[in-house]
Amino acid sequence: MRTLYDFPGGIHPPENKRQSSETPIRIANLPERLIIPLQQHIGAPARTRVSEGDRVLKGDVLGDTEGAFSVPVHAPTSGHIERIGPHAVPHPSGLDDWCVTLIPDGKDHWGACHPLPESDQQDPDRLLAHIHKAGIAGLGGAGFPTGIKLRPPETDSIRTVILNAAECEPYITADDRLIRDRAAEVVSGLQIVRRILNPEQCLIGIEDNKPDAIQALESAVDGTGIEVVVIPTRYPSGGEKQLIQVLTGEEVPHGGIPADIGVLCQNVGTAAAIHRAVYHGEPLIQRITTLTGDALCEPGNVETLIGTPIRHLLDSAGFDEARAGDVLMGGPMMGFSLPDLAMPVVKTTNCLLAGSPEELPPPPPPQPCIRCGYCADACPMELLPQQLFWFAQSGENDKAEQHNLFDCIECGACSWVCPSQIPLVQYYRSTKGEIREQREEQIRADRARERFEARQARLEREQAEKEAKRQARKEAAAKARQTPPASKAAPERSAAASETVAAPSEAPDIETLEKQLLKAQAKRNNMRNMLDDARKRGADNVDKLEKAVAKNDDRVDAAQKALEKARSGLTETGGATE
Amino acid sequence: MWMSILIAVGALVLLAMVFGALLGYASERFRVEGNPLVDQIDALLPQTQCGQCGFPGCRPYAQSIVDGDAINKCPPGGESTIQALADLLDVEPQPLDAEHGEEHPRRVAVIREDECIGCTKCIQACPVDAILGAARHMHTVIESECTGCDLCVDPCPVDCIDMVELATDIHSWRWDRPDASPMTGQVIASDRSTEARA
Repeated sequence: MRTLYDFPGGIHPPENKRQSSETPIRIANLPERLIIPLQQHIGAPARTRVSEGDRVLKGDVLGDTEGAFSVPVHAPTSGHIERIGPHAVPHPSGLDDWCVTLIPDGKDHWGACHPLPESDQQDPDRLLAHIHKAGIAGLGGAGFPTGIKLRPPETDSIRTVILNAAECEPYITADDRLIRDRAAEVVSGLQIVRRILNPEQCLIGIEDNKPDAIQALESAVDGTGIEVVVIPTRYPSGGEKQLIQVLTGEEVPHGGIPADIGVLCQNVGTAAAIHRAVYHGEPLIQRITTLTGDALCEPGNVETLIGTPIRHLLDSAGFDEARAGDVLMGGPMMGFSLPDLAMPVVKTTNCLLAGSPEELPPPPPPQPCIRCGYCADACPMELLPQQLFWFAQSGENDKAEQHNLFDCIECGACSWVCPSQIPLVQYYRSTKGEIREQREEQIRADRARERFEARQARLEREQAEKEAKRQARKEAAAKARQTPPASKAAPERSAAASETVAAPSEAPDIETLEKQLLKAQAKRNNMRNMLDDARKRGADNVDKLEKAVAKNDDRVDAAQKALEKARSGLTETGGATE
Repeated sequence: MWMSILIAVGALVLLAMVFGALLGYASERFRVEGNPLVDQIDALLPQTQCGQCGFPGCRPYAQSIVDGDAINKCPPGGESTIQALADLLDVEPQPLDAEHGEEHPRRVAVIREDECIGCTKCIQACPVDAILGAARHMHTVIESECTGCDLCVDPCPVDCIDMVELATDIHSWRWDRPDASPMTGQVIASDRSTEARA
């Protein structure tokens, strides 16, 4: 028997799991249209690889990875693409995001389906690439790209792999049911993870309120060296950090990830998805979702295609809209209410809770905090919820951050125990959002400053260059003015016979003038060639070049005139002296 | 007697010389270029470089604040910047000086591209080089770099630049702060009867 550790705090809310856990997984029927969001994971949204009107087969790539931190999205069935555009997606904001709308043709034809060849099944890199290509993101709720998670920073740094089967949140039974019905798939997926990471130990953590699932797992892991660890039921033992603490006694450091202490946690559903991707070549196009709540006649778990409209799924379970209050995605503790039932099921939809108003009453009006401290006792992260609440309420974001607001896992235990019904988690979420926004603003401001300074430096440099050129011209002019003694020497010499010094000191030197003329002519010819060239090519700068040629023509004329004038002046002076 | 006084004075002079040399060396070795307070203030300013404060950029305004100017002349930063400056300088926060403009939500410039004649005037006006284009070719604003400073709007001879407020999308959305109003003025349940009587 393994020693179990403990995590602080935690609560025992009513479980409400039996409504949905006692019937086997049903297969949801095909809806009229599927709406597949291009972002169902943490990271960059996928980039569409199809266009409107295209026909696709089941498993075809609809959106491919954009950048390293992204996962592809696949067609859940065969059909044609009706539309690519914004559609409401299940997100607490209720805002739209880019989605591909697919009209199924009902044939459910598979496209190319590539299981990983047996020769590659031992190679961690091939396995990782395959998992990534199958579009697998964490199915537990956060949707972290699995292909990235399984590639820890240093090789062999993962000592413990934990499969999270705790499923501590009330009402949700998707993992429980998946284990009961398909334990072999789950264990096989975990074995693939073990092959990739080669850890010292492989554990499955499961709460003791799922005896059937425990039994199923125990028979499935027989002889694999994987250990099923039964932990006491207490919310939120299924939180990644809490489960790690219960099983290993170690705490994930502040701001760190489990890999920092050599642990990696995977969800049961993700493991099953890995199994299907590797052995059957199926990308992640379906998942198990719990349908539960008093407003449903037939609660249970369904295997549904990603993109199925939520209303369609609820209707299939006998949704009684008259009896329904809010419909939540996720459980009653951490879920959020859906403003629109046309939203689709996504990779992270583990539960749809359609409760009656009596079952999920609207929150009572909050009362003043009486500083009872229950929240601090319940907090599994050993934070000071009351203190954080004061800071959040008064907008003292930096103090909230100092009190480790970002360690809050938003489990809702503090709100649940609060006798004043203060929506504590909402305060923390909004404060976290504000702090993140401030950080982004800071980054933007820094970048703007950099650009401003770079521009300033560039302008100064240009100014300095101009100044230097002007200075150089000025100097050249001054030199030219001083050279007349030399240029005077020439006419002196030429007119030596007549012994004249009559040449004016300003008279330009003929040699320089000739040089200028030659230069101007060369430039003009050059310009003319460019103009001819541009005309031939039909470039759009012809008129500009024409102007330039005309300008150069003028310049040549002026130079010629100046030269002639200088020559005639010379002859005149020469003539006069003769 | 005199001897001991001399020794004491000598020792003190020696010490003074040693520490003086040390301090002199340190002040040369660890010299701080410029005023660090200007940097700190500049870091709090929003870097729109819009000049609404009356200075040609954020840094000159930061310098001016150090020299004793008011801290409430920055409309893009708004109340939060004033608060941060007040905290840094340990002065009373003042309301935003309306003379310099109002606080807006974040905006970006958008060029109506089919109307642009390619005069490059906006490019020259942009303090952060966020406008892309060449003479007689269409220009466009790089949205991610635009600080929403407004400076490109006036120079445009055909008025084809709009300042557009950025709509919240699913990536920039964040949770609202819960409405605190129901709580104010309320008393705990056990005191409610006394409150009602009073």
